Amino acid sequence: MRAMLAWVTGMGVSWLLAPAALANGWNMPKGVTEISRDIYSLHMTIFWICVVIGVVVFAVMFYSLFRYRRSQGAKADNFHEHTTVEVLWTTIPLLILVGMALPATATLQRMYDPSGADLDVMVTGQQWRWHYEYMDEGVSFTSSMSTPTSQISGEEARGENYLLDVDNPLVLPVDQKVRFLLTSDDVIHSWWVPELAVKQDAVPGFVNENWVRIEEPGIYRGQCTELCGKDHAFMPVVVHAMEQDEYDEWLAERKAEAEAEANSVDREWEMDELMERGEQVYGSVCATCHQQDGSGSGQFPALAGNDQMLDDVDWHKDVVVNGVSGTPMAAFGGSLSAVEVAAVITYERNAWDNDTGDVVQPSEIQEMLE
Amino acid sequence: MAPKLPPQHPLEHSTATTAGQAHEHDDHHHYGGPGGIKRWLLTTNHKEIGSLYLIFSLSMFFIGGIFALVVRAELFQPGLQLVQPEFFNQMTTMHGLIMVFGAVMPAFVGLANWMIPLQVGAPDMALPRLNNFSFWLLPVAFGLLLSTLFMPGGAPNFGWTFYAPLSTDYGPPSTTFFIFSLHIAGISSILGAINIIATILNMRAPGMRMMDMPLFVWTWLITAFLLIAVMPVLAGVITMMLMDINFGTSFFDAGGGGDPVLFQHLFWFFGHPEVYIMILPAFGIVSAIVPTFARKPLFGYASMVYATASIAILSFLVWVHHMFVVGLPLAAELFFMYTTMLIAVPTGVKVFNWVTTLFRGSITFETPMLFSLAFIVMFTIGGFSGLMLAIVPADFQYHDTYFVVAHFHYVLVPGAIFAIIAGVYYWLPKWTGHYPDERLGRWHFWLSVIGVNLTFFPMHFSGLAGMPRRIPDYALQFADFNMVSSLGGFLFGASQLLFVAVLIKCVRGGEKAPAKAWEGAEDLEWSVPSPAPLHTFETPPDMTSQAPQRH
Repeated sequence: MRAMLAWVTGMGVSWLLAPAALANGWNMPKGVTEISRDIYSLHMTIFWICVVIGVVVFAVMFYSLFRYRRSQGAKADNFHEHTTVEVLWTTIPLLILVGMALPATATLQRMYDPSGADLDVMVTGQQWRWHYEYMDEGVSFTSSMSTPTSQISGEEARGENYLLDVDNPLVLPVDQKVRFLLTSDDVIHSWWVPELAVKQDAVPGFVNENWVRIEEPGIYRGQCTELCGKDHAFMPVVVHAMEQDEYDEWLAERKAEAEAEANSVDREWEMDELMERGEQVYGSVCATCHQQDGSGSGQFPALAGNDQMLDDVDWHKDVVVNGVSGTPMAAFGGSLSAVEVAAVITYERNAWDNDTGDVVQPSEIQEMLE
Repeated sequence: MAPKLPPQHPLEHSTATTAGQAHEHDDHHHYGGPGGIKRWLLTTNHKEIGSLYLIFSLSMFFIGGIFALVVRAELFQPGLQLVQPEFFNQMTTMHGLIMVFGAVMPAFVGLANWMIPLQVGAPDMALPRLNNFSFWLLPVAFGLLLSTLFMPGGAPNFGWTFYAPLSTDYGPPSTTFFIFSLHIAGISSILGAINIIATILNMRAPGMRMMDMPLFVWTWLITAFLLIAVMPVLAGVITMMLMDINFGTSFFDAGGGGDPVLFQHLFWFFGHPEVYIMILPAFGIVSAIVPTFARKPLFGYASMVYATASIAILSFLVWVHHMFVVGLPLAAELFFMYTTMLIAVPTGVKVFNWVTTLFRGSITFETPMLFSLAFIVMFTIGGFSGLMLAIVPADFQYHDTYFVVAHFHYVLVPGAIFAIIAGVYYWLPKWTGHYPDERLGRWHFWLSVIGVNLTFFPMHFSGLAGMPRRIPDYALQFADFNMVSSLGGFLFGASQLLFVAVLIKCVRGGEKAPAKAWEGAEDLEWSVPSPAPLHTFETPPDMTSQAPQRH
């Protein structure tokens, strides 16, 4: 009997706590788009339907357990069929489900309509970073986690946006319909920002679509949600939503940078410039696998003192530009610019104790890309 | 679970049966085969093989549990403290594989081996040698799988769903061993299923019609058909992986014109019925226990059978609900949303039937009943979150978060595993001749209930708050939920040691159980002595003269 009471109290408390907890901000975010609010309301509707059904069913159950205890002299009845009741509890849930399916269908239809987009952004997943390309704008960049490893290992205090900070956030204008085209260079990733209610797998060989119209400027954070290898946890998504004029300014700057870089491909680059740029690129793209000090880890070969690489510049260039099939080494010719590739190769050939003195010019890489 | 060997002295059995149906002949109580280890290697006796299955699955439950505790220990607080991401991924993967294929499935097969012949009045399984083979494939399969932990590159690290191309082009070298071990386990399942179907369809006692069978037999019959239908699909998909990895094909490699999404379709066409393979026999166990301790016939026997069959058929039509964000056309999303929601109807019928069975009963709360009642409540909670997940727009937010982890652990741990534990407590008197220790059983129950809810309830919140699954480190806002989950996980894990204590105590001794160990128990197994002798129902019980049991 005491056990019974404990049970009833325990269940009651947790059922009372659940809605209280939801009210306390442990719930799905309402988000900042019309779709995200629709989803939130579907979520709450189905949640309350479940709560009501649960309360009724468990009330009958616990009433029976309490009322018909043999210790209180309950004598068992013998009934074991009742057609009316059975028909009722088959049809009523069916009707509730139909009632639920209607609004869900309507919302889904709107989610599946990416027509009339003002801006297209190509999102490419790579182990373990995102690459964004503003279609028709000539602007593209890679977005990697910027939380330092010293915070992960606990040598340094963890910041407010621990694991949810990137070097280059995706910048989007508010009140514009932005269409995402998602794909992947290697394994399946999934691009998710809860506040935007956009979650879509990035599948190699496929281009998926999704869209968003953000209503409030702000910084929205999410993560990769499809297991994609060892650094799956370290592949955040950050979206910076700006007012239109601010966004235009930002885009103009990025365009100018991209143009300057494109124009600089043909000129002769100095070793120091390439090393500086190369170190940046290496830190954001290569270091997750080959390590900051070039020592490699597990299946990822060391680059410091790698004889094959150091003896053969052409092989080195080929690997970075075209990747190595059957291994996680991706073809970076597609996602990095000629300058970036040249810089990172130069860096790898001279950093640590490699000291080959080789300088790889962006123009050489440009030739390979063409 | 280690039930004592059936005693070998015929005299112990002269304490006769209550029903006169078990006509034993003394010479059949003697075990005439080889002794020692060979006895277990060569046994064709359904009770001995059933015990082997159960002991095997209990060991796997603990091994898989240790992997889960490594995961929970790492997730106790933010940051990487104990293990590196590579090893963390191996732990989540191996935890899932071992629990699904090594613990839950063999436990149900073990219960089927022990109880189906006893419940249908058959002397043994229809194919005893095949039965021996099915079992001994399992230690080979899982020995091989566990050995990958010690291989260069480590064990499989791509999740128990092993999505391509992460598991093919990007998998560790041990993936080929993983494929081989899954093939062996799959063969074991298929052979086991054939044996169960053959036994149920051919070896029922004369006069026992299909609609007279206990629900555990019914649910297992349907489960066995599911196994035969989908295990070959699993075998197909892992063979395609094998070809992609070792023989240069490109089934799932987009670079070679293959299709990574095809992998998911194939996997979940197996995987969704697999989910029901792990829950239908649990329905059968609970449908045996609830009427026994409510001392009232199961409400809606026929509708239980039809609901089980409907769930089984629908299980082939819902696989895409695991893939709602993979990028499928609207029509597909809508179709699979509707079919998935539809599953709630027969599942609801089952819950209503159990609750109505309690209504106006005469209820007592022995340990098997406690676990069954907890099953009803918490399986229903898992069903509710399942219904929420079926709503496609909302699934775009829930998918691959801890909300999903909470959902399937609610249906698998306090669902499938609680039902298995309930079944063990329920049938232990039949296996060992002794009642399990009621006081220890209650401790085991309450600590498990508290542990399970502490572990998995907060996962609903961490998921809704935005925590993806399968990550070794997380943002700071998830820290509190994870700490509670980890504490609950260790409590649940530790309380299972009590289960072992109960089992050992029960095998060694305890209050003697009569043939009909529970007052309200009506099925055929309670007509043979406790402990059940090595050979039972050599002369089939005649059911023709009996009044129809259920209608």
